[in-house]
Amino acid sequence: MASRVEILNQGGFRSDGRRQYELRDMSIDLSPQGTADGAAVVAHGLTQVMVSVFGPREAKMRSQTIHDRANINVELNIAAFSTGERRKRSRGDKRILEMAATIKSTFEPVVQTNLYPRCQIDIYVQVLQQDGGLLQTCVNATTLALINAGIPLLDFVCAVTGGVHSTSPLLDLTLLEENDIPHVTVAVMPKTAKVTLVTMETRLHVDRFEEIFRLAADAGKVVHAEMKSAVRARTGTLVAAMGAGPRAGAGETEKDGDGRMNEY
Amino acid sequence: MVEITIRKRPRTEAVITQRKFFKKTARGKVIKESNLFSPPIILLQTVIEEVRHRSLPLYNRLNALIKMDEKRIWVFYNEYRSETAIIREEGETPNDRNDRGIRKAAAWYNDHIRVTRPPIRGQAPPKLPTVVLMTEDVANRQKAEKAGISCISVRKYVEGMKEPTQLLDLLAAEGSNEIEPTKAAAGRQAFYPDYIPTSTLLAGVKTGELHQGHFNANQYNYLEGSVSVPALSKPILLIGRENMNRAVHGDVVVVEVFDEKEWKAPADEVVDQDSTLKNDDVEDSGDEGDDEEDQVTRREKQVLLSEEVKRTSEKQPTGRIVGVIKRNWRAYVCHIDSTSLTSSNATSLSQQTVFATPVSRLLPRIRLRTRQAPTLIGQKILVTIDRWDVTSRYPEGHFVRALGKVESKEAEQESLLLEFEVPYRPFGKAILDCLPPQGDTWVVPPKSDTSPEWRDRVDLRDLIICSIDPPNCQDIDDALHARPLPNGNIEAGVHIADVSHFVLPDNPMDSEAASRGTTVYLVDKRIDMLPSLLGTNLCSLRPYVERLAFSTIWEMTPEAEIVNVRFTKSVIASKAAFTYEEAQIRKDDPNLQDELTAGIRLLNTLAQKLKAGRMAAGALNLASPEVKIHLDSAESSDPIDVEQKEMRETNSLVEEFMLLANISVARKIQETFPQTAVLRYFSFTHFQGYRIDDFGSRRHLPPPRTNFEKLQDVLMKRKGLALDVSSSGALAASLDKCIDPNEPAFNTLVRIMGTRCMLSAEYFCSGSVGRDTFGHYGLASPIYTHFTSPIRRYADVLAHRQLAAAIGYTPLHATLHSKSHVERVLDVVNRRHRMAQMAGRASVEFYVGLALKGRNEREKGCVREEAFVIRTFRNGLGVFVSKLGIEGLVMFKREIRFDADNYTIAIPSSTAPDAQDLTISVFDKVMVNIEVEKDKNTQRGRVKMTLVHPVDSSLM
Repeated sequence: MASRVEILNQGGFRSDGRRQYELRDMSIDLSPQGTADGAAVVAHGLTQVMVSVFGPREAKMRSQTIHDRANINVELNIAAFSTGERRKRSRGDKRILEMAATIKSTFEPVVQTNLYPRCQIDIYVQVLQQDGGLLQTCVNATTLALINAGIPLLDFVCAVTGGVHSTSPLLDLTLLEENDIPHVTVAVMPKTAKVTLVTMETRLHVDRFEEIFRLAADAGKVVHAEMKSAVRARTGTLVAAMGAGPRAGAGETEKDGDGRMNEY
Repeated sequence: MVEITIRKRPRTEAVITQRKFFKKTARGKVIKESNLFSPPIILLQTVIEEVRHRSLPLYNRLNALIKMDEKRIWVFYNEYRSETAIIREEGETPNDRNDRGIRKAAAWYNDHIRVTRPPIRGQAPPKLPTVVLMTEDVANRQKAEKAGISCISVRKYVEGMKEPTQLLDLLAAEGSNEIEPTKAAAGRQAFYPDYIPTSTLLAGVKTGELHQGHFNANQYNYLEGSVSVPALSKPILLIGRENMNRAVHGDVVVVEVFDEKEWKAPADEVVDQDSTLKNDDVEDSGDEGDDEEDQVTRREKQVLLSEEVKRTSEKQPTGRIVGVIKRNWRAYVCHIDSTSLTSSNATSLSQQTVFATPVSRLLPRIRLRTRQAPTLIGQKILVTIDRWDVTSRYPEGHFVRALGKVESKEAEQESLLLEFEVPYRPFGKAILDCLPPQGDTWVVPPKSDTSPEWRDRVDLRDLIICSIDPPNCQDIDDALHARPLPNGNIEAGVHIADVSHFVLPDNPMDSEAASRGTTVYLVDKRIDMLPSLLGTNLCSLRPYVERLAFSTIWEMTPEAEIVNVRFTKSVIASKAAFTYEEAQIRKDDPNLQDELTAGIRLLNTLAQKLKAGRMAAGALNLASPEVKIHLDSAESSDPIDVEQKEMRETNSLVEEFMLLANISVARKIQETFPQTAVLRYFSFTHFQGYRIDDFGSRRHLPPPRTNFEKLQDVLMKRKGLALDVSSSGALAASLDKCIDPNEPAFNTLVRIMGTRCMLSAEYFCSGSVGRDTFGHYGLASPIYTHFTSPIRRYADVLAHRQLAAAIGYTPLHATLHSKSHVERVLDVVNRRHRMAQMAGRASVEFYVGLALKGRNEREKGCVREEAFVIRTFRNGLGVFVSKLGIEGLVMFKREIRFDADNYTIAIPSSTAPDAQDLTISVFDKVMVNIEVEKDKNTQRGRVKMTLVHPVDSSLM
């Protein structure tokens, strides 16, 4: 009875009890995963994605090396158990390839690849749970994993999905909402307020687009604050564990991307 | 910038503003009564969602109540609050979980009120309002009391109000006061019995235990249908959903007849599916099957029960459908029922299940899954039925395409064509390739022995021939002439467009024409059977040009007795094309003495004599309500007004000669081709407008007298008049006697009603039936065919070919030698013909509706017209407005007394108890207000009539 659920009920509540502009609970785990150079597990509500970053390292194949910068390689895998209906998706699935390409093109202008010529940065995205906003979660998790791996970025990349129900805009849609209403995913670089990704697979009225777009970009800044504090906390623990250097909370100068972040 | 937050789990600091009010929760059906509550009410989210889950229409009504300001109903979103949110425990049914949630919320509310109004030192502790849980569920109440929550039942609550008696009546029955059964999913409940396997069906039909026929739905009562079978003189009545067992109008079904003691009379109540099924939920039926006391089933049972009390006189066999031989499902024109929508917001992309209500009242609602429901509201759409499972009350279908906005002319026109299955696509290339290559420059070549056009043709170009047609007629297929002969006799000729010269057998154009069967005339459009180059130009017998014709020429005595008749292909040149009116004026103008006028006068005198002869032989003069629509202008085509068609002398002139030609041709082709001649006959059908599809089996039967029985009965009881239907002559005579001196229109009314009993003329193949049944009942002619309109009727083309072969002009094409082939073609033609008639009528109805609407707007009020009562129902009257040619229903909301035997209803007088009741019976003249009302849900405009004289039904 999925169609029985009201997207936005009379009291202004969404189907999961959120208000229009309320984002889902966001949990970030930056602890190391296996041999990866950097990893992040990010959950927006029930959508959970794990990203492992390897590199920068020497490119395995000569054909993939670029002489003046690093090559970014994104591989996406959706766990069969991640959706309500168990479904195995092959690697060659067009949607998966498309999503991986989207992530790749989102990060190419952000990662300072020119610092690592003839190198390769591997990003493995593993989707663990899906409940809407998959791309947004992937992008946020990739940002954090890259930061965690110590790869210099120009800025954070923070993505949020926005949709519109009739005339009321909604943020951070669940799967149920995504199925029902037109939506657009926007990724912003909060410091420069640049947008690196806008994607929309449904039809959205042009009059509504600007409003949603702005809203999603604003929401990106809120997500940014959350991500930043997670990075900061993680760095703090690391520094404290090393038993040297400044106290926890002041260790953000370790990464140059983060250092600039404080000016913002 | 709006405030964007991230939601943190768990929320602890939530504070919502507190108001002082009582809390009641009500569940399920009790919600209906919530308009009675006057103190503030708190509705829990749990309750609202449960209502929404059970019935959307109910939920929408509840929402309306919540939105009303003065009701002071507040919604508490208990599921979204950490203190009151609960999780379903293991082994707990959803119902129990909801009950627990309600109790928890009620308990929390009491605590909360206490916390928010702490006692202030030095003051008396504030009086705290108590929150009372109101529920009909006894088990829930018991549990609540155990937990220390005060609770009350709705009945108790209402009893405590000031004037309880009125409200108590409105409450649900006491019986439902027991513990609400908590049902586990008991699997799908079957609404219908299964069908018997096909082999058993066929065997049963063969042995005569089962009967096969077409299913006809009743347009007045959706719970009733009938099947006409050859074995029984009366159609088998199917009462109730189970007995109709998923048959849709037009299906070929197999019926099992019940014992004679269960036979019943048809219902006399109007049962509208829109109102009965108003609250039915799209997803409910079949999906859940958990509602034991399913509302719809109950309501329908009530309707059926109320009809139990029946008179015994008119018993009809009853039965049930045990199988379907052939589904005749097609695409139906429907509207989306807006109340069945879950979300009407136009951006919604979600798949929704909605009801599509077909335009035709004969069809059930169709359940439909679509992602574009919001955009389809207010549109006419095409829906096909896919299947109808035993577990589903309604058939399931899918959306085909949208036709356009309701009431836009294009959509209405197309939907009309689709609804009556009129093929309206433009002619294809293969068909157009069959036209003469010269196109519209084609002319009759100069007379010569070598040219194929002139072979065996008589040159009649010098004859003074003219055509008489309705105004703006473009496809002129007949022309006439008459001239005195030297021997004192008169030569009269009917010249018919020689379509068979252009349409050769068995080419693409011929097959297309055969499948179209007939030209369809709508008020503002004509759908041609033949490409317009032929229809309106090369074949059309236009004046001043030479045209090929097929002529029937009689030599008659001045007394209109036929001396001899000859048929010949000819070349004519019409001298004039008159309208009926022009011809009439010309004939009546004594100053005109030219040959043309003389010819018309001669024809007229002959026609009068022919008519007199025909009437004497017992032809029926039946009437059909024909109206004419005045259109504003060609482009906008807004109807301005409606008027009845006028009949002039010249109409009858043309008609008589066409009849004569048809009869003469019928004789000739029947003589020559006794096996395959295309003939036409005219017979009775059922009174109530039942469609007879199974003529193949019924044709050889004499017209069943039962069809007239009802009319006879009404006439006898109401007016003391007898109708003799033993022969057409007797019927004609007795129809003439049906006169009410006070009411000149009465005779016409009876004739119209009589016509409805019989109007079912059909083509047939002479070899398929016995010689003695050829007779055309209405015309009192022993034999009849259609010959005179080959441009617009395919049967005429066949008759032309047969006649051409009969006079040795061409050999008969092989296909016309085959009886089965002719039968097959005629079956199609008959069906198309019937559909075309209905489409034409529906088109007129639509324009009458538009005209009425226009008049309503202009006159700032209702259109008030005289009407005759033609039927009586338990809860209404069927009336006929002769001026507009439309039929309508007057419904009474209040109880009326209905006397089925005497066709009378009695309306209890409201003013004084001892005053005489007002009775209205069939044939009474009443005044009605006519307005076009739009159905809120389906956007279907419909004519609504209310009685204004002798009593105002709107008050009742």
